[in-house]
Amino acid sequence: MPDNAIEVHALTKSYEGVEAVRGIDLHVARGEVFALLGPNGAGKTTTVEILEGHRTRTSGDVSVLGYDPGKAERSFKERIGIVLQETGVNRFLTVAEVIDQFRGFYPSPRPLDEIIEVVGLKEKRDSLVRKLSGGQQRRLDVAVGLAGDPELLFLDEPTTGFDPSARRNAWGMVQTLRDLGKTVFLTTHYMDEAQVLADRVALIVGGKIVAQGTPTELAQRTGADERRAFTVPSTDADRLVGLAREVGIDVRETTPPGRTLEDAYLELTKDQSEERVE
Amino acid sequence: MNAAILTGKQLFYENKSFWRNPASAFFTFAFPLMFLVIFNLIFGNNTVARVDGEPISGSTFYVPAIAAFSVVTACFTNISISMVFLRDEGILKRVRGTPLPAVSYLLARIIHASVIALLLVALVTVAGAIFYDVDIPTAELPKVILIVLVGAAAFSALGLAHTAIVPNADAAPPVVNATILPLLFISDVFIPLEDAPSWLLTFAKIFPIWHYAHSMLHAFDPTGLAFEDGNLLIVAAWGVAGLLLAMRFFSWEPRR
Repeated sequence: MPDNAIEVHALTKSYEGVEAVRGIDLHVARGEVFALLGPNGAGKTTTVEILEGHRTRTSGDVSVLGYDPGKAERSFKERIGIVLQETGVNRFLTVAEVIDQFRGFYPSPRPLDEIIEVVGLKEKRDSLVRKLSGGQQRRLDVAVGLAGDPELLFLDEPTTGFDPSARRNAWGMVQTLRDLGKTVFLTTHYMDEAQVLADRVALIVGGKIVAQGTPTELAQRTGADERRAFTVPSTDADRLVGLAREVGIDVRETTPPGRTLEDAYLELTKDQSEERVE
Repeated sequence: MNAAILTGKQLFYENKSFWRNPASAFFTFAFPLMFLVIFNLIFGNNTVARVDGEPISGSTFYVPAIAAFSVVTACFTNISISMVFLRDEGILKRVRGTPLPAVSYLLARIIHASVIALLLVALVTVAGAIFYDVDIPTAELPKVILIVLVGAAAFSALGLAHTAIVPNADAAPPVVNATILPLLFISDVFIPLEDAPSWLLTFAKIFPIWHYAHSMLHAFDPTGLAFEDGNLLIVAAWGVAGLLLAMRFFSWEPRR
């Protein structure tokens, strides 16, 4: 069995002559939470969908759990779970019925009550899907992805449109999955999400991977400026900045502590954002 | 796991969710009966209706005609529209990413639609016997069931193929109705074609609905119009064509 859950070499994908993915390499270790980051239209979803087997590739080598996802073999589908960006389930079944229905497709499904527990839908167990809130439906999407007790779970923008507390809950859910030993491949455009959840991240811009590493590595690799937090009595805060400026130190910004992944992201995707403004 | 068992399980959930939507279930059954009543009110007393040269009463005409209409509605219209909605909502794509064989998923829907079609034909036949004195074709019953099943399979396959020309869910009802309603009007279903120009009849005969309505009429008609296997064979051939087109063009992903 290969050490890496996912290995990708020189992957490309063109749609009618337009190259959406332009030769990317990446690997995801077993048991790792990996986040693929990038602006809209950078090739995130195309890449994930190739890995899931939803899309064919133009060229390159792809191995997911030792399978070629392009062949869409049933034994491959039995070992992965997919939570698509936009998806639905039968709205006239209950939460438990939907999960049970999907459990029925797999040779060794995860027990129903455990799934409901992991996604936190215990109280909604017997509610019809159509009565659930948006956040609860998204949790059900994850529950359906977990039905077959997959080794590898794909989460395509799992928290888009969530309010802050729903996002925190979803993060807790992903951390639970990591504790269960699952490999998680997630895409997101929330940098704080990647920083909290991911063991490693890769940044895709214009169909190419421009940076790869742990969130901390990536955050520190870029930029000549640095942020650091000092805790001083609030009355002294302004004085500190004032004194620093007096001795010729160029203090540019004073609020958020620490250099974040978001800083790195904004810097690395700057060219593309500027292109779009024009 | 065996595809047949998986189909059975899917059928169980299809059926469960069908009855959980009472408004939809009620009108699925009320719709053909409404047509039966309305057409009988307007044309039921006409005895001039001539089908293939044989005069029959309006009521005797409408029971098999609406039975044929029921099969077309329950299978073609229902499958074509609902599949586009499922495709747009991402439900089909999600199923595609699981180990459930595509054939199990589709077959469960088709079997469910066929059972509904069978129930509708039974309902229309019984209503015809009670309210309009139209004989239940007891001697021809196996033929009627065969006609329902062949029609259900063929119109389901055509419904699947039809989704290929519907771009999105909003367009599904108008596109499906624009396909099916004109054919229902020129195929001896809603009104018997008596004085229509001959080219219109020739045109209608290209499509499966005319042939389907006539195989149903022949099976029901007590005056002894022969049961013509030719009509049902044409419907079956259309079904095979629909299946081949569906295999080539059916999409599991929303169109963008």
